[in-house]
Amino acid sequence: MPKRIVVLGGGTGGTIAANRLRRSLAEEDVDVVVVDRDDDHVYQPGLLFVPFGMSTPSRLVRPRARQLLPGVRFVRSAVDAVDLQAGSVALDDGSTLGYDVLVVASGASLLPGETEGLTGGGWRRSVHTFYDLEGAAALAGAMARFDGGELVVNVADMPIKCPVAPLEFSFLADWWFRRRRVRDRVHLTFVTPLDGAFTKAVCNRELSGLLAAKGVDVVTEFNTGTVDADAGRLVSYDGREVPFDLAVVVPLHGGAPYVGRSPGLGDPLGFVPTDPVTLQARSHPDVFVIGDATDLAASKAGSVAHFEGEVVAHNVARHLQGRPLDAAFDGHANCFIESGFGKALLIDFNDEVEPVPGHFPGPVGLPLLRESRLNHLGKLAFEQLYWHVLLPGRSIPGVPSRMPRSGKLLAVAAAGGEAGRSGAGGR
Amino acid sequence: MAVMTYAGTDVDVDAEGFLTDASQWNEGVAAEIARAEGIGELTDRHWLVIGVMRREFEEKGAGPAVRALAKVSGVGIAELYQLFPKGPAKEAAKIAGIPKPRGCI
Ligand SMILES: Cc1cc2nc3c(=O)[nH]c(=O)nc-3n(C[C@H](O)[C@H](O)[C@H](O)COP(=O)(O)OP(=O)(O)OC[C@H]3O[C@@H](n4cnc5c(N)ncnc54)[C@H](O)[C@@H]3O)c2cc1C
Repeated sequence: MPKRIVVLGGGTGGTIAANRLRRSLAEEDVDVVVVDRDDDHVYQPGLLFVPFGMSTPSRLVRPRARQLLPGVRFVRSAVDAVDLQAGSVALDDGSTLGYDVLVVASGASLLPGETEGLTGGGWRRSVHTFYDLEGAAALAGAMARFDGGELVVNVADMPIKCPVAPLEFSFLADWWFRRRRVRDRVHLTFVTPLDGAFTKAVCNRELSGLLAAKGVDVVTEFNTGTVDADAGRLVSYDGREVPFDLAVVVPLHGGAPYVGRSPGLGDPLGFVPTDPVTLQARSHPDVFVIGDATDLAASKAGSVAHFEGEVVAHNVARHLQGRPLDAAFDGHANCFIESGFGKALLIDFNDEVEPVPGHFPGPVGLPLLRESRLNHLGKLAFEQLYWHVLLPGRSIPGVPSRMPRSGKLLAVAAAGGEAGRSGAGGR
Repeated sequence: MAVMTYAGTDVDVDAEGFLTDASQWNEGVAAEIARAEGIGELTDRHWLVIGVMRREFEEKGAGPAVRALAKVSGVGIAELYQLFPKGPAKEAAKIAGIPKPRGCI
């Protein structure tokens, strides 16, 4: 009997893991099964552009099953719970799937209902989000109608997917209102639970400078307690208020709800405690985790799921053979930061090395931590790369899974890191 | 790094006053840090949260952030802010004698 690998979630990480495993393991030895509750694979980085009319919801969605290689079985059902002891998954359609190895790839869920008032009377009127398809589409309408007043971009609390996306939204809003010649009537404020625009010192300095240059005010260490749409204000748990006419809120994130229904699998927020190096779940050796579902400090980003893919596929194969796990993840993340006016920045970092200036992936590559047109083109090209290189589980030529050091001005971090350490960090 | 004396006990602290060695902590130390932080007398609810902070630190090597703290302790976020007005995760960690919780990105 062939062994069976069950992948929970057919989004970025699940698709990458399943395709890599299918390519490396023979079909007579191993079945690869992907479970997802729907058949709509959304290119989530594109959601940022929808409110500005630069993309449309229909353009961002493709069938999930079509992104899987032949020989990967797709099961369309929601997951009800995992039984770690029995090695099986109960599905909402009433069936049970046994597994030899489980790959948890069910991402992060948005929890707007957990913030008081967020989904109240103002929801989709004066209070919006661009973190899902319907939200981004509704916000496009609200942005088109908005021609003056207080626009607030708020992160309810960490962790969130793509931590730079709310900053990008702020940069693009500045550009967009200028283009419409109403910028002087719009006051932009970025409201964050962190103590700066970004947690890492050198990058924080660069991005804070950009926000200031674009006239975006910043409110830090703001933990959103209530969204009061009637009065038009955000209220923090420690009683501070920020007024708004239009609020763009990134809701609280948690893991997939079934994680909480699966004894021993998750942490209190529903993320799955994961070994940061091997990507094996801490709860059981037969379980591996990829993407936003982990509890790792690494960014919740598609690029991270891509780099993790190689490690997970390799270690799952080793585990099936009963051999020690020898592939190691280093926390590598790579993000384009759209800054408006046809420009973008690029950051590339891992658990050890914070984002620094230089070039990527080597000395003659794209400029790091600096606005450039090349990076904007890179961000746009990422969409095709996503469907045709990342999802099939291939490597990007010249871009290794482990973070490249060549081309990076590492001394900048050494100099800035010290100064940053006292100010940056936790809450 | 510096040494502070709370309730007759010497403890090593970092630049922001967080204990660097959780084993040097005792209840008298907690009570005095709380007074220095302007919290005053610690109530049963404070002690409940402090206990959770120390248990989580022992199990996971880091103190929880506010949302996880609320879920694990059963004390709602709004009440956590009443108990520790300068920020529950930070202030409770300081009083519980564990390192400052790290933000994540
Ligand atoms: C606005 C925005 C902008 C972004 N920009 C970027 C960017 O520029 N660059 C970048 O690298 N990343 C970006 N990201 C982040 C990136 O999209 C995610 O990190 C990535 O998709 C994570 O992959 P994943 O597989 O972990 O989760 P997902 O791709 O979200 O997949 C999770 C899957 O699990 C399924 N699932 C969940 N629960 C169940 C259940 N109970 N039963 C069955 N199936 C279930 C879901 O249907 C989903 O298909 C952005 C995200 C957002 C929201």
